[in-house]
Amino acid sequence: MADSGTYLYAVTREEDRADPAVLEGVTGVAGAAVRTVAHAGLVAYVSTVPLEQFGEEPLRRSLEDLDWVGETARAHHGVVEAVAESSSTAPVRLVTVYGGEDQVRDMLARRHEEFSEVLSQVAGRREWGVKAYAERAAEPPPDQGADEPASSSPGTDYLKRRKARLRSRDDAWREAAGRAEDIHATLVAVAVASRRHRPQDPRLSGRDEVMLLNGAYLVDDDRRAEFAATLDELRGPGVQIELTGPWAPYSFTQLGPDPSAAEARGDT
Amino acid sequence: MTREMAPRGAELAAEGRLPAERVALVDLLDRLLSGGVVITGDLVLSIADIDLVRISLRALIMSVRASEPLETGVRHEQSPL
Repeated sequence: MADSGTYLYAVTREEDRADPAVLEGVTGVAGAAVRTVAHAGLVAYVSTVPLEQFGEEPLRRSLEDLDWVGETARAHHGVVEAVAESSSTAPVRLVTVYGGEDQVRDMLARRHEEFSEVLSQVAGRREWGVKAYAERAAEPPPDQGADEPASSSPGTDYLKRRKARLRSRDDAWREAAGRAEDIHATLVAVAVASRRHRPQDPRLSGRDEVMLLNGAYLVDDDRRAEFAATLDELRGPGVQIELTGPWAPYSFTQLGPDPSAAEARGDT
Repeated sequence: MTREMAPRGAELAAEGRLPAERVALVDLLDRLLSGGVVITGDLVLSIADIDLVRISLRALIMSVRASEPLETGVRHEQSPL
């Protein structure tokens, strides 16, 4: 078995192949140099990776190491960003490893149509991320309800106050969730396409506010200012909004099913 | 390379000046683990082949894309959202 594989980062069209200078100073995963494989009117950005690190078993172990995952993700992203700076780019899912360049060429030939379609869909457009968090509702003052006539039972009063507090928290939550839906709907109108990611796990995001929206929006470059202005108008109390980007169109590059996938799987 | 996370770097990011190493890892994982082209066939390996269930970090990573069933190299239909 070969001891190295070909790691694939991104695919562009041959006609807007990036100036090779964009790869200067860019290091791929595992510190490897990045090169291009051109075939069938497409260009793949690849590097050689040792299978002792990127084989299935080692990868299983590595994926338990957040530092490794972080380094690998950043290296992958660095290559994608460098390429996407100047070309319409289809980023590839993290850790996609081929046996060699021939297999990459075969794939480019086989998926040429779908890549061309995706690449023309994302040309002149960038992805923006919008996250909305519910602001923590302030606790109502402890003497709330003091102007209500006290009932004979302090226990009943306590339950009433507690109910009222829960109700107001529920209302605040519902209102914030509704706002997040509005935010999404408003942004969708300015975007070419949108996709909602799952709310982030607080253990990864490090934030304990509840995430209401984790959206990705594909926006024409010439509507970028309009998108930002629309987002700013949506800001207000109750919901915190964060914008990230511009990103390479990671969330908008799903290829159709591979017609020959079944055969290809049978080959291996 | 700094490892600083910048979850609140929205202003910088909005102007496209956020250097790659300062992008929050969690935002990156959203995109790298549930986005990007998934290709099948002739692969030595794809992360989609790795069973990401048991260990804590796998569970964490899985949470990024828990709405997707475990993939075995076959692309699943994305929800139209």
